[in-house]
Amino acid sequence: MADLTTDFLGIKSPNPFWLASAPPTDKEYNVRRAFEAGWGGVVWKTLGGEGPPVVNVNGPRYGVIYGADRRVLGINNIELITDRDLYTNLEEIKRVKADYPDRAIIVSIMVPCEEEAWKAILPLVEDTGADGIELNFGCPHGMAERGMGSAVGQVPEYIEMVTRWCKQYYSKPVIVKLTPNITDIRQPAAAAMRGGADAVSLINTINSITSVNLDTMSPEPSIDGKGTHGGYCGPAVKPIAMSMVSEIARNPETAGLPISGIGGVTTWRDAAEYITLGCGNVQVCTAAMTYGFKIVQEMISGLSQWMDEKGHTSIQDFMGAAVPNTTDWQYLNLNFIAKAQINQDDCISCGRCYAACEDTSHQAISMSEDRTFTVIDEECVACNLCVDVCPVENCITMVELEPGTIDPRTGKVVEKDYANWTTHPNNPSATAAE
Amino acid sequence: MNSPYTTGIAASRLGADELAENFGDLHAPLDAHEASVAADRCYFCHDAPCITACPTDIDIPMFIRQIATGTPEAAAKTIFDQNILGGMCARVCPTEDLCEQACVRELAEGKPVEIGRLQRFATDRVMEQGVMPFTRAESSGKKIAVVGAGPAGLSCAHRLAMLGHDVTVYDANPKAGGLNEYGIAAYKSTDDFAAREVDWLMSIGGIEIKTNMALGDDLKIDDLVGCFAAVFLAIGLGGVNALGLTIQSEQGHVVSDAVDFIEELRQTNDLTDLHIGRNVVVIGGGMTAVDAAVQAKLLGAENVTIAYRRGRDGMSASTYEQDLATSKGVKLLFNLQPKAIRGASGSTEIELEYTKVEDGKLIGTGEMRRLPADQVFRAIGQTLDTDAGLKVEGRKIAVTGAGRTSRAGIWAGGDCAAGGDDLTVTAVAEGRDAAMDIHSTLMGDA
Repeated sequence: MADLTTDFLGIKSPNPFWLASAPPTDKEYNVRRAFEAGWGGVVWKTLGGEGPPVVNVNGPRYGVIYGADRRVLGINNIELITDRDLYTNLEEIKRVKADYPDRAIIVSIMVPCEEEAWKAILPLVEDTGADGIELNFGCPHGMAERGMGSAVGQVPEYIEMVTRWCKQYYSKPVIVKLTPNITDIRQPAAAAMRGGADAVSLINTINSITSVNLDTMSPEPSIDGKGTHGGYCGPAVKPIAMSMVSEIARNPETAGLPISGIGGVTTWRDAAEYITLGCGNVQVCTAAMTYGFKIVQEMISGLSQWMDEKGHTSIQDFMGAAVPNTTDWQYLNLNFIAKAQINQDDCISCGRCYAACEDTSHQAISMSEDRTFTVIDEECVACNLCVDVCPVENCITMVELEPGTIDPRTGKVVEKDYANWTTHPNNPSATAAE
Repeated sequence: MNSPYTTGIAASRLGADELAENFGDLHAPLDAHEASVAADRCYFCHDAPCITACPTDIDIPMFIRQIATGTPEAAAKTIFDQNILGGMCARVCPTEDLCEQACVRELAEGKPVEIGRLQRFATDRVMEQGVMPFTRAESSGKKIAVVGAGPAGLSCAHRLAMLGHDVTVYDANPKAGGLNEYGIAAYKSTDDFAAREVDWLMSIGGIEIKTNMALGDDLKIDDLVGCFAAVFLAIGLGGVNALGLTIQSEQGHVVSDAVDFIEELRQTNDLTDLHIGRNVVVIGGGMTAVDAAVQAKLLGAENVTIAYRRGRDGMSASTYEQDLATSKGVKLLFNLQPKAIRGASGSTEIELEYTKVEDGKLIGTGEMRRLPADQVFRAIGQTLDTDAGLKVEGRKIAVTGAGRTSRAGIWAGGDCAAGGDDLTVTAVAEGRDAAMDIHSTLMGDA
């Protein structure tokens, strides 16, 4: 049986599944339920400074994108940081941590970009016994307009400065949560590292408008006829988040910086993928908000089964395993040639591959009178669109052409040696082989 | 108050409430949520097999996508473009043999997209709103006669009216609708749907229906040809096939036609008035046999048996219809042909002989079997009443192309015309196609 225990920055948790700082972690009640359900850790909903708490809207605060059968693909929100009193939160954190010493509790913090503000709150957080802090430099709505959240996360110098203060006034690990609403994720990650961050976590939510009400002409969620951009999360953002994670993992400047992966983790498989891209653990929110806390049990059993099947005894065994395989386009092997192959036994003759290929790609699938669909190797560029649109898993696969065989499309022999764009004759800046 | 165990033929075997429940919708309509879930399952196949399987070629993936995207009205228009009786077809089509059999999810999972019920969802929506999504073209000044206000006649009339022609529809019965009104099991067309559909269809304008006028004495084919620019015959099969074997019995009156029973049931205002035997035997193997047998059971008959002279494979009723019958408690017996009715009134029996196929011919084996039978329904097919002097092929009016008969100016379609299955949906397609052919012939661009 695989050991799912994780040691992230010295913080131990029985599994790599943490709840992200968000509504599910706003109160003692929820966090206790989460721990009882089996979550390895939580990042407590972001605390603000002392004084009157922020206020939230009193109308809808979430918007949604659905897939088939109203399956939630993405949610956006316009909720702010905790709207409960700072001391109430601190007391609850202290109580829960005392009762669940084996679980990780991280406290998310967002206070103004002033040294005094951080100096004031950090000892209070330290006193709770929580395992670390996460700096909310990502929230894209409401707080950003007040000079906090993503307004900080978009300025690397601020990230570095605040991180430095935190390392100065707080003794435990400091995680910097990054906003994706920037052009190059490597810059804020490097800034956090320079400031002394123990880790980065990403991504926070993405600026978004999920829908427009065509009757009222208001973006959703609509508050009295007006809407605003909110933070987008859920399965829809996972590809964006994983790309950003991989950028940090393979950037020489930040390589080795611990990463907590966030963005659309819904199943054990998503978590495993994040870990292979260099994450030490993952944080989950939307899946819990969609299905409840119990899903963590599937994540645990699934990851455990997969690790057993692959012979991994610990998370460390496969952490970052996909990082060396993440490269730039120019280094992809142009001598690798594949063709789509349709398994006629599995084919249900829907013809979606044909429509996709015929209308929008390379006219590389033929259709017979009796609805048999066959790949035309002479035309197939192996684009994979047919695989993507086929409703039957593994019915269409990409089969590599053996070196030495002829590619019917080009009439050329498939070379066995690796060759990429940097040396390709069509590349005006190709480097000479000599 | 009678019960299923009351001997002989009796009314009120079940209470009014139970009868009302029994004869309610066989399939409840989908609500908006159910429709949305069902529509999500459609793959939007390329050149979809369900379209090919539909005799009227409805663009099924398109109408389902229109439902899925919240525009059932547009979906209904897509359906009605091809099949103006899409509402009735959604109820009576043997979808298990047509579109849903062809659905790729039937192949993939044994569970097709619920095309029939989705079609009903869309068409009901528009018909409940009383919206006729078509308008008439400028008048052509042409007058066309349609004989028979069943599915073929109505479909033809609507298309002709839409194209700007003036249509007079004649029908032998007191009400329009044909088999939709008189010949389909009540639980498939509840709440007077057939009549409401006719009213809705007529709302396009340009169609006049004259009832109680049958081809023959009241209505002569030569007169029609003389008065109208074109004639479309959709007279169905008014006659009932005789049993090949004479039933030798003084109690011959226990034997009647299933179509008459079905018609009586459809036209009654009070189901408790209908008489039904305690022991009912239906002779036949088609949809009419199933409709009669199931309804006999629903009326409260204790024992209902379908006796079919060939094996199960030979039944023209679909597997789905057979299963429906057995689920309602009807017993199916095969390889049995009727020989005689025996016994005295109140305790009659039907004597059946086992059959086998020898040298490709069905013959009796001599072995007999008796079943209690207070009431026997014949459901062994219908036959053409009159050929109107036209060329006949296989006991039906011979047609070429889109329903052209042997006489110029006369078209025919639906059950009375040769070719095609005797299905509502096929009749609708034939009526529509004949209308297009009549139009192009009359307007000179054929």
